[in-house]
Amino acid sequence: MPLLTQRIPDENDYCLVASLDNVRNLSTILKAIHFREHATCFATKNGIKVTVENAKCVQANAFIQAGIFQEFRVQEESVTFRINLTVLLDCLSIFGSSPVPGTFTALRMCYQGYGYPLMLFLEEGGVVTVCKINTQEPEETLDFDFCSTNVINKIILQSEGLREAFSELDMTSEVLQITMSPDKPYFRLSTFGNAGSSHLDYPKDSDLMELFHCNETQVNRSVGCHLVMKYMIRNEDGQICFVEYYCCPDEEVPDS
Amino acid sequence: MKFRAKIVDTACLNHFTRVSNMIAKLAKTCTLRISPDKLNFILSDRVANGGVSMWCELEQENFFSEFQMEGVSAENNEIYLELTSENLSRALKTAQNARALKIKLTNKHFPCLTVSIELLSVSSSSRVVTHDIPVKVIPRKLWKDLQEPTVPDADVSIYLPVLKTMKSVVEKMKNISNHLIIEANLNGELNLKIETELVCVTTHFKDLGNPPLASENASQDRNLEQMAEVHIDIRKLLQFLAGQQVNPTKATCRPTELPLGSTLGGHIYCGLVCRASHVESGCSLNSMNDDHRSAAHVQLTLQQVSL
Repeated sequence: MPLLTQRIPDENDYCLVASLDNVRNLSTILKAIHFREHATCFATKNGIKVTVENAKCVQANAFIQAGIFQEFRVQEESVTFRINLTVLLDCLSIFGSSPVPGTFTALRMCYQGYGYPLMLFLEEGGVVTVCKINTQEPEETLDFDFCSTNVINKIILQSEGLREAFSELDMTSEVLQITMSPDKPYFRLSTFGNAGSSHLDYPKDSDLMELFHCNETQVNRSVGCHLVMKYMIRNEDGQICFVEYYCCPDEEVPDS
Repeated sequence: MKFRAKIVDTACLNHFTRVSNMIAKLAKTCTLRISPDKLNFILSDRVANGGVSMWCELEQENFFSEFQMEGVSAENNEIYLELTSENLSRALKTAQNARALKIKLTNKHFPCLTVSIELLSVSSSSRVVTHDIPVKVIPRKLWKDLQEPTVPDADVSIYLPVLKTMKSVVEKMKNISNHLIIEANLNGELNLKIETELVCVTTHFKDLGNPPLASENASQDRNLEQMAEVHIDIRKLLQFLAGQQVNPTKATCRPTELPLGSTLGGHIYCGLVCRASHVESGCSLNSMNDDHRSAAHVQLTLQQVSL
């Protein structure tokens, strides 16, 4: 990418330098967690973690490992900054949101450190766009100490099936109730709306179920008690990135 | 005052429809000027700050097989009508596979432009669809405000890049700011810039090429790398880009000299005019259709926004 390298004044000044041949490998993942304006970026030599939080209730994390990038260098132990995710996404998709098959936009991302803006160099078909986005003080993000020994129930589902279910949820219901149990109904999504209550059941031997480990019956209202939803997203080059959502409970419903 | 005209050629009809669609996208209300040789669609926005003015010219003989007009008087052999652009483009939608299209000025309780479209039915008998578009006749005393804009010599003229890329970029930039800076030089370089407190985004286009400037003197003195800069309202530019229904092979900037009917391919040109007085500064975009036979020339002038 000769066009892009010409523009960097001095590589050693930057504490984070990352290059991608296809910017969509990054923008798709970030879109998945774009439910708030701001995000915190945390980079180590292993990759970048981008965190978005909503009122200490929901936290989403996107992990983009160093291996996804064609070039990835972090000078210090870790680099952290807060940035406007809406603006970042607008910049990453500056050459258009709908991809034309066969065309790729290359990205080079550089950060000089505390107080400096994040520099983005994007190139498509010989046209170069340079973006300078101001960064902010990183904010403390909640640390959900989720260690596997505390896990009571764990389910792995193919997300396509869940997506249909979520799109059909009765929005007049104030809460979403999730039931996980070693006995019937195994995994149930329930809503209580104006027209009545509705239940979506996934049997444990369903084709969509990849893993079903339930030790106790748990019924939690709203997007659950320390419920973690972890997604594996495959990008255009077939590489895998992870996005996870941590949710705090509205209320826990005793077994009924 | 009389006006009647007829189009029988399908290509001419399609072209006329495309021009009308483009006008409808650019201006809600416009003026139609009818003279013995031409038709003009005019929009003049007297707001100096960030305003838009548009001048579209069609050579009558490139479109119409029959064309008769009689202006207000012998010395002022022209007709100026104000109409809602969408009414015309909607009427022309009916003319997709028409055999013939007739337009005439009529009076049906109020002045109208009556568009009659002759369509062939499956049974090969014809039927006629008529649209009456209400118009307002513009009095002589207001004609002076609707004259062809004199385009001042541009400081820089440049060929525009592939419109598709430019449109994608401008659309995204609009999400960030309404204030767009266009910079260009005589070295074929064009930059689109937006700057806010939070972010600066600059897109660099290179190797675009510059057509010869209208005034040779201006180009002699100017340093090739020196950028001319104008600040415009991004939404107006986007309206122009969105309205482009032609796929130009090259976009150029030559505000005054490009002859109509040129076969060089569709042209979109951008002239940057920068003067000491910001009010005069602006960006002039010119678009011309490819078809040698039926050329339409549209000029859109965007006034600089206050800095």
